[in-house]
Amino acid sequence: MGLLSDPNRRKAITSLLTRLNTPICVVCYLAGIAWFMGLAFEPFTLRTYMSENAMGSTMVEERFPSGERALATAREFAAHKKKVGGMPVDWLVKTMRAQGLEVFTQSFSRNLPFPDESKERFVVRGTNVYGILRAPRAPRTEALVLSAPCSPGNSNNQAVGLLLGLAQYFRSQIYWAKDIIFLVNEHDLIGVQAWLEGYHHTNITGMGYTPLQGRAGSIQAALSLELNSDVVTSLDLVLEGLNGQLPNLDLANLFHAFCQKLGILCTIQGKLQRSDWDTVEGYTHSAQTMLLMVLKQASGRPWGEHGLFLRYHIEAASIRGVNSFRQYKTDATSIGRLFEGMVRKLNNLLERLHQSYFFYLMPSLTRFVSIGYYMPAFGLLTTILLLRALDLWVHLGTPTPVTEDGVGEGESPSSPGLLSVLTPVVISHLTGVALYTLPVLSQEMAVEHFPVSETEAVVLTAIAIYTAGLALPHNTHRLISGEGTEQGWRVLKLVALLYLAVLLGCTALINFSLGFILAVTLVPAAACVTPHVPKALSAVAMVLLSPGCTILYCVFLFQELQEVPVSLAEGWMLFLSVISQGILDHALYGSLVYPLLALLVYPCWLLFWNILFWK
Amino acid sequence: MATRHLFIELQTLNRRAKLKIIFAKFQCLCIIPALVGVDKKTCIQFCLCTFQEEMVIRPLYSGDIYASFQFRTQWDTDFLHDGKKVSHYRLFPKSLGQVLSKFSVRELHISFTQGYWRTMQWGQPFIPSPPGAELWVWFHHTVTDVDGNWKELTNVLSGIFCASLNFIDSTNTVEPSASFKPLGLGNATDHRFLRYATLPREIVCTENLTPWKKLLPCGSKAGLAVLMKSEKLFHSSFHSQAVHIRPVCKDWQCTSTAWELRQTLNVVFDLYTSGQGKKEWSLFKMFSRTLTEACPLASSSKIYVDVTDNPGGELFDLSPSSPLISTAVVLGDRRTYSVYDLTKKETFGQLRSLNLLLRWKGENDMLRPPLHAERYVSGFGLQKGEIHTCLYNSHPYRAYPVLLLDSLPWYLRLYVHTLTVTSKTRENKPSYIHYQPSKDRLRPHLLEMLVQLPPHSVTEVTVQFERALLKWTEYTPDPNHGFYIGSSVISALVPSIVAMDTNSTRDRPLFSSFFPTKEESSYFMRVYTEPLLVNLPTPDFSMPYNVICLTCTVVAVGYGSFYNLLTRTFQVDEPSAPLAKRLANIIRRLRGVPLL
Repeated sequence: MGLLSDPNRRKAITSLLTRLNTPICVVCYLAGIAWFMGLAFEPFTLRTYMSENAMGSTMVEERFPSGERALATAREFAAHKKKVGGMPVDWLVKTMRAQGLEVFTQSFSRNLPFPDESKERFVVRGTNVYGILRAPRAPRTEALVLSAPCSPGNSNNQAVGLLLGLAQYFRSQIYWAKDIIFLVNEHDLIGVQAWLEGYHHTNITGMGYTPLQGRAGSIQAALSLELNSDVVTSLDLVLEGLNGQLPNLDLANLFHAFCQKLGILCTIQGKLQRSDWDTVEGYTHSAQTMLLMVLKQASGRPWGEHGLFLRYHIEAASIRGVNSFRQYKTDATSIGRLFEGMVRKLNNLLERLHQSYFFYLMPSLTRFVSIGYYMPAFGLLTTILLLRALDLWVHLGTPTPVTEDGVGEGESPSSPGLLSVLTPVVISHLTGVALYTLPVLSQEMAVEHFPVSETEAVVLTAIAIYTAGLALPHNTHRLISGEGTEQGWRVLKLVALLYLAVLLGCTALINFSLGFILAVTLVPAAACVTPHVPKALSAVAMVLLSPGCTILYCVFLFQELQEVPVSLAEGWMLFLSVISQGILDHALYGSLVYPLLALLVYPCWLLFWNILFWK
Repeated sequence: MATRHLFIELQTLNRRAKLKIIFAKFQCLCIIPALVGVDKKTCIQFCLCTFQEEMVIRPLYSGDIYASFQFRTQWDTDFLHDGKKVSHYRLFPKSLGQVLSKFSVRELHISFTQGYWRTMQWGQPFIPSPPGAELWVWFHHTVTDVDGNWKELTNVLSGIFCASLNFIDSTNTVEPSASFKPLGLGNATDHRFLRYATLPREIVCTENLTPWKKLLPCGSKAGLAVLMKSEKLFHSSFHSQAVHIRPVCKDWQCTSTAWELRQTLNVVFDLYTSGQGKKEWSLFKMFSRTLTEACPLASSSKIYVDVTDNPGGELFDLSPSSPLISTAVVLGDRRTYSVYDLTKKETFGQLRSLNLLLRWKGENDMLRPPLHAERYVSGFGLQKGEIHTCLYNSHPYRAYPVLLLDSLPWYLRLYVHTLTVTSKTRENKPSYIHYQPSKDRLRPHLLEMLVQLPPHSVTEVTVQFERALLKWTEYTPDPNHGFYIGSSVISALVPSIVAMDTNSTRDRPLFSSFFPTKEESSYFMRVYTEPLLVNLPTPDFSMPYNVICLTCTVVAVGYGSFYNLLTRTFQVDEPSAPLAKRLANIIRRLRGVPLL
């Protein structure tokens, strides 16, 4: 401030910033990317530690004995499931009741906006069954949830079996201080969504459900099981939830601690931990793990049933059994003990999990990067936008030698300036609104006129509107205010730069990964674009750096990181399905990525596109 | 009458306690007033006291066992009248008597409960109580400073019962206008003399049980109280202990009043966790003790076992069986009980100990209780929420009114305009609403309303609230646990299936005579909902240091510079003249010619 109040020194600083603007921007960009990639390097990260005292020092013994019985229950469940051809509600109610739980059911129905082709569903009707184990001498104020989905086909039977086995074992223990809810839900996430909305008596997604009859107070934590085989080689922890929300880091620590204690192999993003951090392979491995987490988080999807709990401030994680060709196998008893231990420690909690981090990235299960470490990477990228904006501001402020002679000249750019800025802003946002609403609205019309299915119709309409947005007559300001001026595009670019900076900043605060990925592609485009660059070449570059293409790259990168690379055609199909899933996630669970991209990011990018074609 | 009783009792006396009892009884009947050196009139005042003890065992349909103890001490004196000083206490605990007279208490009800009564599985309890501690007191109408008395009383009781009753202050005390009528004699209606408070967070444990047991005439040395081993009582699904003091009729003519002290203890044992899967129960399994004698000071000592649903013995086996069967009308239903009279020697049989054994054989479905309620908070996020209270009337064809009492702390800012009452999707307008808004940090919200429940229906009462941001010192040490909101209280006159017994003076089992019955067609019932745990917006308490540092920096740098910028006057300064010019000017000034 002292510097700025001195006109001379202010002039010096601004001249330095404008003179060195481009080199500084380049350095910032490279530094941002380098910083981000450095986060996966082990010496730069922190080791995880248990922050919650109630879980750290209290020892629990795991004594769950009846893994075999749980598997027998699983087989029985599978037989009943096959017989009924869906969820065996009556059998579940009977079994849970026999175990001494209070059993309730909830039926729900949901019409999808368009058919979900990957899961082959359109009109969903189902029933959730849940049993509440009432803690002795507890006043029904707190609860824990253990859930297992009843999946179609032959999958996930063991999870339900283990859940019932645990219920039986837990029922005969006296140390419970919180009620435990055992939830078996149908139609995976839709069922969980219906149950959670019923439990909290809200309706945010237009779900139809019957009200719940039994409740157990505020839910403190939830664990979701997915288990497809009698034995597993490792357990995978899934943390990424709706809109990139993550559970408290202590939940991950708890899982890791019990895996260590019981000698169970544990993974995150399906990747085992390596000890050789100082080799290139070791670094690549942890970078891959972290990038996978970033991509999953950026997608804003719930990557397991736990993802929907996070909205309700319930710390939750999914634990997925993996059975590969490894020699060493873990049986159901050990998995049961793992859950017993985790639930007992959660039962010991006095407060909600709040001590540890909520914003973090994990390059491995024992290492984490907290918000204080990863935010600078993003900060460096947004600095570029601010520097460019400053540069433009300075240029706009210094009067050009031409305008010195006349007084009217100085004012002329400002009055048409407002209109010439407003028009493209409004038009591009209208395009965004069209992109957001039309695909779902116009699917019937599209199906009538073209030989495509509903899902394809929605996705192709979205892509069509996206592309049509590029061809819109953006130079409408000329109709209103005549020829576009040099001042005009500068003002527009200034506005667009600040808009993008605010947009990305807010996004990164909520979902760092999404903000960062968007910043990586959008910032160079935003920083470089002017009307005076070669049109064709820059247009191609702009399109390649647009939000839609960013999704396409992410799809390929994700497949690459998961070690299932795809060909271009497969990748394209995946891209289409990702778009339809994104729209569905928004409609079904209230994921915000699709509206964010359609209503804000895409119009913002269109503004820069507009500047490129400024005349 | 009394003499005849005495003779029978004398005959059946347990030999070991003989001497002590003879002295006690004689003293009580004032046969030897001269011996103790008091005149006859005073003697009658302090002497006429009786003690009864009783236990009811009700096998529940869920397979659990409900055991309810009631101890009743009646004392025919009146220490509220014209400043008479009562100093001789015999069966009545002195600690309580002194409290009653010092604070001019007319009626006192205090309960400590650990756990929630599961109405849907267990039916109705004999005496309901909310989780945590509950205290309600009617003061005598001569009291001038009710709030002062109340504050002192809670602190004294806190000491007597080893409980945190001292946390009762004006922020959780209300004066219900209709829900809590006196249960004893006298129809006081001025609720200025009533105070009601709950502490839903209170944890009940042995430290509360011990002082409670000490109030009994026999302590836990003899009688039914020997069963109260805390390691068993707290190894259960539900535990509730209470003390009720009220004025009652001295005799059937009701010419004068007497003080009644009822101590009740309700406990529900869990079949699964303690029974190791076997559906078998005995006194020994429940309490790790058997009974060998009645309390020698008790005029009656009985065990009732509910056998209503077991007329032919198809549901469970009960051994030893008792020839005595009694029926009583309890909670709107006629129930049959096997009675074991502990004052009779033959009850204990050959082994001289009574160990009731109950073996389950069949399973049965329970009738839904006529009234139950549940409550929950809906919504998510830390800004707003909605409290839902659902009242279920399961009566197939009768509608009846209920009184709903809600006392909510001030930090839930109620939006009273959002209060809705709906039954069967239609609005159900309460015929009476009493609402007292809260004052921040001073008093809670009080909401009372009279709602008619249509037959076989669910009535939902909803009200929205906003969560207040507390001052940082007002948070509890574990703020992320949440804040407890006490149970709502639902009081109702429920239509009875059988004619209720309105004759209050008839000799009835204690468990059926607590709530006074005014008419035959209905009975009084009180239901408590579960307490709520509500999270308030909580700051990160490790942050203040960071915040202080950050704020100071911002203030120093930002404010300082801004202030500097705003107050500084900018002017273009002349470049200072060179030295030669200045020297020339000095010379010119000396010469008196214009400066350069």
